Amino acid sequence: MSVVDRQEWDVVVVGAGGAGLRAAIEARERGARTAVICKSLFGKAHTVMAEGGIAAAMGNVNSGDNWQVHFRDTMRGGKFLNQWRMAELHAREAPDRVWELETWGALFDRTGDGRISQRNFGGHEYPRLAHVGDRTGLELIRTLQQKIVSLQQEDKKETGGYETRLKVFQECTVTRILKDERGRVAGVFAYERESGRFFVLQAPAVVIATGGIGKSFKVTSNSWEYTGDGHALALLAGAPLVNMEFVQFHPTGMVWPPSVKGILVTESVRGDGGVLRNSEGERFMFDYVPDVFKEKYAESEAEGDRWYEDPDHNRRPPELLPRDEVARAINAEVKAGRGSPHGGVFLDVSTRMPAEVIRRRLPSMYHQFKELADVDITAEPMEVGPTCHYVMGGVAVDSDTAAARGVPGLFAAGEVAGGMHGSNRLGGNSLSDLLVFGRRAGLHAAEHAASLAGARPVADDAQLDAAAAEALRPFSAEGPGADESPLPGEAEGAARMRGDRPPENPYGIHQELQQTMNDLVGIIRRRAEMEQALEKLAELRVRARRAGVEGHRQFNPGWHLALDLRNMLLVSECVARAALERTESRGGHTREDHPEMDNAWRPVNLLCRPADPTGGLAATDPVRGQIELVRETTPPIRPDLLALFEKEELVKYLAEEELYE
Amino acid sequence: MSGYEARFRVWRGDVHGGDLADFRVEVNEGEVVLDIIHRIQATQAPDLAVRWNCKAGKCGSCSAEINGRPRLMCMTRMSVFDRAETVTVTPLRAFPVVRDLVTDVGFNYAKAREVPAFVPPAELGPGEYRMMQEDVDRSQEFRKCIECFLCQDTCHVVRDHEENKPAFAGPRFLMRVAELDMHPLDAAEDTGLDRKRTAQDEHGLGYCNITKCCTEVCPEGIHITDNALIPLKERAADRKYDPLVWLGSKIRRRPS
Repeated sequence: MSVVDRQEWDVVVVGAGGAGLRAAIEARERGARTAVICKSLFGKAHTVMAEGGIAAAMGNVNSGDNWQVHFRDTMRGGKFLNQWRMAELHAREAPDRVWELETWGALFDRTGDGRISQRNFGGHEYPRLAHVGDRTGLELIRTLQQKIVSLQQEDKKETGGYETRLKVFQECTVTRILKDERGRVAGVFAYERESGRFFVLQAPAVVIATGGIGKSFKVTSNSWEYTGDGHALALLAGAPLVNMEFVQFHPTGMVWPPSVKGILVTESVRGDGGVLRNSEGERFMFDYVPDVFKEKYAESEAEGDRWYEDPDHNRRPPELLPRDEVARAINAEVKAGRGSPHGGVFLDVSTRMPAEVIRRRLPSMYHQFKELADVDITAEPMEVGPTCHYVMGGVAVDSDTAAARGVPGLFAAGEVAGGMHGSNRLGGNSLSDLLVFGRRAGLHAAEHAASLAGARPVADDAQLDAAAAEALRPFSAEGPGADESPLPGEAEGAARMRGDRPPENPYGIHQELQQTMNDLVGIIRRRAEMEQALEKLAELRVRARRAGVEGHRQFNPGWHLALDLRNMLLVSECVARAALERTESRGGHTREDHPEMDNAWRPVNLLCRPADPTGGLAATDPVRGQIELVRETTPPIRPDLLALFEKEELVKYLAEEELYE
Repeated sequence: MSGYEARFRVWRGDVHGGDLADFRVEVNEGEVVLDIIHRIQATQAPDLAVRWNCKAGKCGSCSAEINGRPRLMCMTRMSVFDRAETVTVTPLRAFPVVRDLVTDVGFNYAKAREVPAFVPPAELGPGEYRMMQEDVDRSQEFRKCIECFLCQDTCHVVRDHEENKPAFAGPRFLMRVAELDMHPLDAAEDTGLDRKRTAQDEHGLGYCNITKCCTEVCPEGIHITDNALIPLKERAADRKYDPLVWLGSKIRRRPS
């Protein structure tokens, strides 16, 4: 297998969304030769779908804002489960990251005095989100993409080639992180979608920036890329995942027609004045303000409405509660029989602002509903319901360096990294997260690579052979006798069964997985259902090993999906197993059988590790499965950060022994 | 509306050639062409190659020609077709086929690199930029572009004229030149870069004869011809032929 094409780079970035591109820019500017690998075309990453804005306490609209207020809001939104050091760095550095975008050509919407405009969003005390209409993610991606091109233009001038120091390998997929015999990162194994050709990028530092896992759920706002690749790559390389039970269901996805179910309706609709109503015409959110937020939200519609004009003397409307609260409320209304005709609730801007203001402030929403649902949002309400949107959990990283635990040379940033958002992410904190920690990951990856300049880790050929064999398996899954040797950890009988039965359709397995996660590990969770989900996942795992494909290796989506199934199944098990273990409700994890937040759980993180570190992943036992959980107590929050909160508020969140300290 | 069975013809093949393949496939209420392509993939042709990503008209990946017209598959509803009609889906014609509906759009990435980037004003640091909304409106319109490359595909300058490709950036990247030229703080002039002139001299603006085909296919409704190309042509013409404008550009600096 030594015929595989190999290239040497200093830093390899997996993923070309906001975090990946920001990491690549930083690594290249620090002198590292940097390669970016992405599954889609350059500039199409899921970040383009972000609508609302980038949260950064610039104080352009309300000068009362500063990093401490942003930090407080972020911790409250995450119900204090956040890695507080990440939340601190994020709040401190976000404004610089936004301003820097302007020097790269970004054009944000402006305030009256010519500064970057900022809008209101759920959970943010002040107007904080830098935005461009409702297409902020597109502006972010395009700006970073164009910055990369400008660096390549500089390199062309100096070296004669655009790609000598910074190259984007588009439409390529990484299937394994490679390591040397000491367990240090040595590069990645990948295939090119267009040709199906395998290749290896050798590098002492790899940044994982692959985004999320939403494609394991049926109703989701996420694109096809979100198959949990980076989560799985890290796990398989030996790096643990943290907080995987916390999955954000965005309260407002489209619910009708069925083919667009799940597509996002931006929170800006509510930030700019839109309200939620049930079938009886009530603004039901007033009934769902939880105790911890009682003092911060309006008690009457009149007060909530006044807040838009006079935020200093009124409290915000409860439509702007953090996303987990709103999603649960909508779920409860529908369940109580007060839903809209297609099983959602009504989100209305038509009675709240003039048609031309709606078209100007929410152009993509206007367009989206008009084109896909025949609904004119300037004249009638939208129907919306919860949709799987974001995973708070991810690779456990060092807060300052974004280094993954236990695997030297591995870094992670953006949605694939865990900890920053705790149990629930505030809207707008994702784009700022990408920039702040993307930059940090790129910086420290470049430093790590430089420190190993003379003695780079090298992966042996056996790893390459194993990776190639794994990636080719779907082509030999057809017919009896194709592959009857037992896989590591698999019983002889299972191997025989594999050979006797026809290959599985990967599309069918994917649909069953999505249905399972949606129904059994969705927005409201119950013990028995999650146990059932784990059994179903074990069954799907066995069947996925027999997923077969037709045709050849050139741009073959069936093959690509068959390979992605490994990742989705691994990550889904992490979610289900951690969710079963955490016997409380907090943020993006709601247990019907444990409906209250339990302060004893606040300092507890659940780490997911592979159950069989030798890499045998065929374990069919639903009880044991592929993942084992480790409980870990988080370090206490630094006193000066705790001092930013009133004591009465801390009492609501912290465990008793934490308060004594 | 209940489900029905539609007739589809989808081009299948690769760089060596190919042909239209016939499918009969279920269609349900509210579905778009991309849903149907996905159903064909899941049930009849698992290796049918198609690019897609967001399925919400935001990323510009699923461009194809539907009944001969360049469109996004995710934003083309099945309800616009007659039920008896055969829907024909073919890859973008102006770019080389990779496989089935996937084309090699590398031309566009090569052209993107040829447009010099935004030049930040030397005297302003991060956080010091001040721009009025009315001054950024024009460039913001062009930045709505999702790079679906439908305009590049439909533009007759290159659609059937491979030979024009080296000299012509296409509507998308001429619009990028206009966007930078209209950016209130772009300092290209300070570095001796005249974007208007390069539009004409280096990016082939002269090939464009404003037939507005690009504007018609733009899924974002950007007024490419009226707001980007024509003003750029006027400015380029001013530069070239008006000696006073030429002189003014040499002695008067832009207000900052």
